[in-house]
Amino acid sequence: MVHVLLKRRLIDEEFLVRYTNAPQLIIHAPGSAEHGLILRTDEGEPAVWDQVSENYASACDPNVSPALVGEYQTPDGRTVKTAMALILEKYSDLQYAPENAAEQCGIAAEDIERFALEMAQIAFKESIRIDTEWTDWAGRKHDHFIGRPVSMHAMRGISAHSNGFQTCRALHLLQALLGTIDCPGGHLAKPPYPKHIPPHIKPARTCAPNTPLESPPLGFPTSPEDLLIDENGDPLRIDKAYSWDAPIASHGMMHMVIRNAVNADPYSIDTLMLFMANMAWNSSMNTAETMNMLREKDDNGEYKIPFIVSCDAFHSETVNFSDLVIPDTTYLERYDTISMLDRPISEPHAACDAIRHPILNTDRDVRSWQEVLIELGGRLELPLFIDENGGRRYKDYKDFIINYEKTPGIGFLAGWRGENGDQHLVGAPNPKQWEAYIENESFFELKLADNQRFLRHSNQGYLEFAKNAGWVGSTDQIVIELYSETLQSFRLAGEGLYDGPTPKTEEQAERLVKYFDPLPFFYKPLEQQQQDENQYPFYAINQRPMHMYHSWDSQNAWLRQITSHNYMYMNRKQAIDLGIDDLGWAWVESHNGRIRVQVKYMEAVEKNTVWTWNAIGKQAGAWGLTKDANESHQGFLMNHLISESLPKQKSITNSDPITGQAAWYDLKVNIRAALAEEQGSWPEFDEVKTLPRQQSTPDSVSYATHSNVNLNRSNRDILTRGGLK
Amino acid sequence: MKLGLLIDLDTCVGCHGCATACKQWNTSGTIGPLSDSNPYGKDPDGAWLNRIRTYEVGDAPDSKTVHFPMSCLHCENADCVTVCPTGASYKREEDGIVLVDQDKCMGCNLCAWACPYGARELDHDQGVMKKCTLCVDRIYDQNLPEEERQPACVLTCPTSSRLFGDFDDPESEVSIKSRQRGGRDLMPELGYEPTNKYLPPREKATVEMFALDSTEDGFSLKSWVNKMIAR
Repeated sequence: MVHVLLKRRLIDEEFLVRYTNAPQLIIHAPGSAEHGLILRTDEGEPAVWDQVSENYASACDPNVSPALVGEYQTPDGRTVKTAMALILEKYSDLQYAPENAAEQCGIAAEDIERFALEMAQIAFKESIRIDTEWTDWAGRKHDHFIGRPVSMHAMRGISAHSNGFQTCRALHLLQALLGTIDCPGGHLAKPPYPKHIPPHIKPARTCAPNTPLESPPLGFPTSPEDLLIDENGDPLRIDKAYSWDAPIASHGMMHMVIRNAVNADPYSIDTLMLFMANMAWNSSMNTAETMNMLREKDDNGEYKIPFIVSCDAFHSETVNFSDLVIPDTTYLERYDTISMLDRPISEPHAACDAIRHPILNTDRDVRSWQEVLIELGGRLELPLFIDENGGRRYKDYKDFIINYEKTPGIGFLAGWRGENGDQHLVGAPNPKQWEAYIENESFFELKLADNQRFLRHSNQGYLEFAKNAGWVGSTDQIVIELYSETLQSFRLAGEGLYDGPTPKTEEQAERLVKYFDPLPFFYKPLEQQQQDENQYPFYAINQRPMHMYHSWDSQNAWLRQITSHNYMYMNRKQAIDLGIDDLGWAWVESHNGRIRVQVKYMEAVEKNTVWTWNAIGKQAGAWGLTKDANESHQGFLMNHLISESLPKQKSITNSDPITGQAAWYDLKVNIRAALAEEQGSWPEFDEVKTLPRQQSTPDSVSYATHSNVNLNRSNRDILTRGGLK
Repeated sequence: MKLGLLIDLDTCVGCHGCATACKQWNTSGTIGPLSDSNPYGKDPDGAWLNRIRTYEVGDAPDSKTVHFPMSCLHCENADCVTVCPTGASYKREEDGIVLVDQDKCMGCNLCAWACPYGARELDHDQGVMKKCTLCVDRIYDQNLPEEERQPACVLTCPTSSRLFGDFDDPESEVSIKSRQRGGRDLMPELGYEPTNKYLPPREKATVEMFALDSTEDGFSLKSWVNKMIAR
């Protein structure tokens, strides 16, 4: 689609010049340490070619008219090209033409062309206009916003592939070419976003006893210097995040922790603490093998992971592997924040956050995990939790949320701040803040003014507002990076040209050169590169059902009546061709193992794809379910088929080579009908042992907050047949 | 008054939010509790007043998934009422809501057999019949703010696919929307004259393609001429 739009010059050139780095100049010096880096002015600002002065100028200067496309020679003899020129060169190549893309993605060439031209039609011929005065980043006044109402929906699916990061970038490139980012009808950010790219947070490098981390554990590396590696180039973190294997692993790589610890690669650990992750079951790739790893012992008969602590409100499969279980409360029994400092519940045009507060009294000796953390902080005398006199600074979680300030006036909750609760976003701690939230049904919403709603990356009114709220560090324009200098610096390291840390192994170097393209591209997922496509012809993916999306951590008496076991959904015609019956049992096999599942026919699934609901299958005896529950005998996990490492490179993670995001969706399988006598899901595992003093489950329940007040029908009404026609 | 629901099959995404919100409100409501059997065991089951069934219409690639929420339709000709041997089932004159007097119901199940829509469910624990009350204990509650005097399913629907109102009033929101979008009765041939109406899925919007100048053969990097665009 990018190829089609570029070929016809159906692009929003004003958007590209004003809001992206497309006109910035890139140094063209193959084989040198500066190849692919951005040309900078003496002040260190990115340079553009100004068409008015016919000279180089700063990209940060509003009084220039940059060339979008061009190639120039600098006075010192270097060749530079605009990022847009590189974009044109790359995507006008015939390999990106619809005919060739069709072979890769299975969508007909004429459909690809049609989609692109439909988007262009909506963006450029059916644009909308909102008349509102606003001021741009450079202080210039405008009287309207132009909307290009092309929206795209993509959620977890794309980032769960080992080519996910570049695919996301490709989608955003398409949006930027159409000028449909943060405009009316387009791809809208939600406060506290957008943020400057990359945010100026680096992952913490060192940790030491009784010493706070120098920065958050997760951050945004921009060059090889930011990697968390030792002098030998080996990972510092147990999950190998921010190592050469996954340099920009901004989510961490929890899926690798157990395997790495058991293999003592990069080192072994003495304690594993788990919270909100059912790592002995549905949160792990390769579940059956992970359970074995948790049991694995060394030559001295000691567990390879000697001590496991989990915190859980329920009797999960992981509880069964734990040496110490810290009981947690349920959501209904705790105070909690969904904070602007994390991922709040904002709408595009309103900053929102929320709380939880107990609506049930606990009937057992339990504290919420939040309370435990605050308690630990106080007992360990961590600096933040100690006052000037060495006493405990925060009484409990509620107190912490009210009084902790990230910077003066900014804390976890944005609403009803100030001593009297009359300030929003910024204000002194309000001792009655929780009460204010509870009065407002647990939600806070602050609508953005009309002039702050669009083009927020370049909107002075919004940026000043956002800076005041602590959402961004400066009011500088947030320039959309179509060309990523960060990726190029890693690629240079892979080529051995980088003036700084470079990878130690051939494998690492090859990954950097191949995948760290500063412009997005498609490549076959890593796992699929290493196996025979004909042996495993089906794509296999899983998702969480809508009605259970926020209940991973339980099996609810009502929700399990809607879904108590899962099926493998399969294209009807395809299943018939393979001789698999509707509701028949089938073997599904990957390079990592096999499972037996019940197949259900479906029309709305692509013929070479199968899918199922995730985390419906449970180990018998877990979660307070009876041992004959449907979840354990008909339900199944697809996780057993998914490996956490690559088929031919066992020490390398099955993840995006840039971000380390687990490649759950790269799985390919084959499927065949099970024999008539092969019924029920497989594998099945030993029943989880009943806990001491565990109560038996009731045969029936009738929940009610109070006895019902019946509406009676009068006998007179019955006798006169009243109310009937 | 003829109170009922207008349900939009075009925008319903099948999240079951209405069904669980219904069960939550009504298990403590006038018709509650709504019991569950084997709640943590094999083949769990229970009484629900609203269920969502999902259908596929047509064969791939021209198939469409339709999520179909179903609760009592509060029929004008409600056979479930006429067959009731104890007078427990009744249709209210003032607003058309069909209710079951829990004190008079003996759980004989005749009404459930008479209902062609499968809208009534016997509570095995309580031994009486349960059905949608249109949240009669919400919609008239003067203690609730006016905007909350609506059925729980309507209030919770994340896609606003459920509207509540008076079908007797031609100017009510439900009457207007039903007229505009061709609101349908379910199985009208049976003559039950259901009050609830369903809005059918809409045809896909057609989008034009950008009209290309057929004489133009695209451009190349070399032929590109920059426009003068101020930063």
